[in-house]
Amino acid sequence: MANRREFIKISSIGAGGLALAANTFSWSKGMSFADDLLSPDKKGALRTPTYCELCFWKCAGWVYKDERGEIKKITGNDDDPHCNGRFCPRGTGGVGMYHDKDRLKKPLIRAEERGKQIFREASWDEALDYIAEKLGKIAREHGPECVALFTHGSGGKFFGDLMKAYGSTNIAAPSFAQCRGPREVGFLATFGELVLSPERTDIRDTKCLVLIGSHLGENMHNGQVQEMSDAIDKGATIITVDPRFSIAASKSKYWMPIKPATDLALLLTWINLIIENEWYDKDYVEKYTYGFDVLKERVKPYTPQWAYGITGLKPEMIYDTAKAMHDASPAVIVHPGRHVTWYGDDTQRSRAVAILNALLGSWGRRGGFYYPEKASLPDYPHPPYPKPKRTWRDAFPGKFNLANEVLSTGICDASIPNTARDCTFKAWLVYGTNLIKTLPERKKTLEAIQNLELLVAIDTMPMEITGYADVILPECTYLERYDMLRTNPHREPNIALRMPAAKPKYDTKPAWWMAKKLADKMGLGDYFAWNDIEELLDWQLKKIGSSLDEMKRIGVKKFPRQYDDLYFWPDQDFIFNTNSGKIELYSTDLEKEGFDPIPKYTPHPEPPEGYYRLIYGRAPMHTFSRTINNPNLVDLMDENTVWVNPKVAKIWYLENGQEVYLQNQDGVISKFPIKVRVTERIRWDSVYMVHGFGHSNKKLSRAYGKGGSDSELISKVMLDPVMGGTGMRGNFVTFLTEKPVEEEVAS
Amino acid sequence: MRYAMAIDTKKCVGCSDCVVACQTENNVPIGYCRDWIVEVTDGTYPQLEIEIRSERCNHCENAPCVRCCPTGASHYEDGGTVLVTHHKCIGCGACIASCPYDARYSHPDGYVDKCTFCLDNRVKKGEDPACVSVCPTKCMYFGDLDDPNSDVSRVLKMRKWKTLIPEAGTKPHVYYLI
Repeated sequence: MANRREFIKISSIGAGGLALAANTFSWSKGMSFADDLLSPDKKGALRTPTYCELCFWKCAGWVYKDERGEIKKITGNDDDPHCNGRFCPRGTGGVGMYHDKDRLKKPLIRAEERGKQIFREASWDEALDYIAEKLGKIAREHGPECVALFTHGSGGKFFGDLMKAYGSTNIAAPSFAQCRGPREVGFLATFGELVLSPERTDIRDTKCLVLIGSHLGENMHNGQVQEMSDAIDKGATIITVDPRFSIAASKSKYWMPIKPATDLALLLTWINLIIENEWYDKDYVEKYTYGFDVLKERVKPYTPQWAYGITGLKPEMIYDTAKAMHDASPAVIVHPGRHVTWYGDDTQRSRAVAILNALLGSWGRRGGFYYPEKASLPDYPHPPYPKPKRTWRDAFPGKFNLANEVLSTGICDASIPNTARDCTFKAWLVYGTNLIKTLPERKKTLEAIQNLELLVAIDTMPMEITGYADVILPECTYLERYDMLRTNPHREPNIALRMPAAKPKYDTKPAWWMAKKLADKMGLGDYFAWNDIEELLDWQLKKIGSSLDEMKRIGVKKFPRQYDDLYFWPDQDFIFNTNSGKIELYSTDLEKEGFDPIPKYTPHPEPPEGYYRLIYGRAPMHTFSRTINNPNLVDLMDENTVWVNPKVAKIWYLENGQEVYLQNQDGVISKFPIKVRVTERIRWDSVYMVHGFGHSNKKLSRAYGKGGSDSELISKVMLDPVMGGTGMRGNFVTFLTEKPVEEEVAS
Repeated sequence: MRYAMAIDTKKCVGCSDCVVACQTENNVPIGYCRDWIVEVTDGTYPQLEIEIRSERCNHCENAPCVRCCPTGASHYEDGGTVLVTHHKCIGCGACIASCPYDARYSHPDGYVDKCTFCLDNRVKKGEDPACVSVCPTKCMYFGDLDDPNSDVSRVLKMRKWKTLIPEAGTKPHVYYLI
């Protein structure tokens, strides 16, 4: 069967003059870039406030321009608790996103020309009319519930509102099922609270920080890295559990080079040791927790000697580290991690992390986990949203009841026609997330895409997903637009403003404009009753005693806390948001759903002979594939390598810098070669690469074909039965030193 | 006055923020850099250690680049900072060859360029050099060695430190806390 939706390289657009297309849109009335709208810094230089969009930490900063009025540099806002005036390399290099000549420049619509699918340029009206008409048809024929939004980025909020007005609540952030979901569900089941972003970890004041596979420093979530550095200054003990000698491991007093996939064995052993040796916080456990006696009984078999055989970690080291946690308690953090979808029992592993923290009494304590607060902004008045007749959950009756967010992979599955499901998705709106690299099991993603009646991609850059779209809406970068105010929770409630520092380049538009315009065309204009976003933001700000003018001057505003303290007071009575009102060491939620109420160790598959476990992670200067063509950041790192232990390199006669192809257990071969890095920093049973490289869209002149893609090799998923997370660390690869014979290559 | 920088290898995570901040602050063309990250791994699995250093011109007290410059473009400035006067530089590259730290590069506009400690554009205005001011780990300290209360003097008093290639006799003004 011919692909109904062939991947189109945007380079095939015919019409010239594209880059020069005049921006005729008067994009915000009253908006000017006169200097009086800019606020001078202490030295008198002109700057505009923003918050960063290069990752999801969203640091607030200032954009400076040079004498010619070109954006020159971006620095942190001193008042911002996310960054404390210091941006990370991505934020500092954010200018590259604005200057990148490979950006999407004009709305594009899939068309057929002489039997060949191409993208043709369209006006905004034409592109939005096309979408509005298709969505209208889908609503009439199948119901609005058959449309889903995938979103990862600030402007997604406006498309989310559009979806709700249209009648669908299927709004999925892949950051749940592919990333942080298990920890949120695990902590929710234990403490009745989410971990949130920025994480509520009080690293600044901790005496002991335990990182399990979390590679802070390479994962450059700014505030956490800053606080880890402060903790190092104050002499905190850092314990890092990782099969790779990560940067964090190199800063640690204890590096525990664990055998991959055995983390839960270590955690349960720590729990046992802490109970056996009475190293737990007795008053805290008695006052606040539920199920201690059962826990004590259940973890008895998990001794350090037992764990040695499973994890490869010496019993003394397991003992010493448990003691170190006790010595530091309650100022100890067993970090929940962020990307935790590894082996399919990830909610249970996150539960073990939560239980360990509860035993050490670190939740609600200084140096442990604090109680964050966020500034709440009123919603602009709108008619009530229609109640959808169905949601994504109807495709999975009785399953994933504990998932507190929408499953991206669930929507993908439910887009593939299946007689057993009643909710087959017909259209996807994809905002700022390159689903081809984001979702595992690429074959399935591509199959789902082939079955859609409409795929709209909204992005700033041509990505792999944009090649499969029917309509591409080019968004201007965060430096050229307003978005909603940032209101993430922190120690002090605070808000941050993003405003444009420059006019949108090319024929690009902000998300708020696209969503509002689309709503008008779909007869949903009442849901976007404001005239432009300045009016909306000013209205919201005035309701909380500020104004758009004030925020333009200061960028970040802090508010006093409304409730409680950051930490529990001594002996404070506290009712947790769980069924028992206590911290649930024994989870009644999991029990009710038929899962183990107390985590249990189960072994996971191991690599067959000649194969190595594929581990992936982050580099400090890139965020997945979204920064991969940014000229400033490519200059810092232009490709990834596959890390190979010298012992393994010897077996395969591999040398540093040699190009290899990787083949996984299912026979999937990497599209591009990747260079070998022979290093002692990785275990002999694993290989490692930084995620996001190996891009296959030729329109990305700096990123195309550079390095290897871990995601294309993740064809096997270990599904978390509790919340639908996609465990991705159960894939094994081997080396092909010769270029494989090219067969049909997807995308 | 003697300007110096101390960089804490125990805190640096090698994120390269100093590199990109220098580029945007000083208009360093993409593809070139005035500072860079060196990562040295020692040992065998699992007995390993890593030293990470953010490196740049050492602003040596006894600078071979200044000595060998035929036009006087490379010279000492306030606080012992080593600078290149672009319009005097003929791009001969003698300084590049003489620098034991490989800290200089040929700018595409025809002169030799390198770290200035952001002397004119920041330090003289009372700000820290761009790299120091952005570093998320706050692993860099800048100041006057002759002022015992400067950040750099204090941290060098408290901590063990080293300089790079001391045997070259250049008396570097960039110190690494170890």
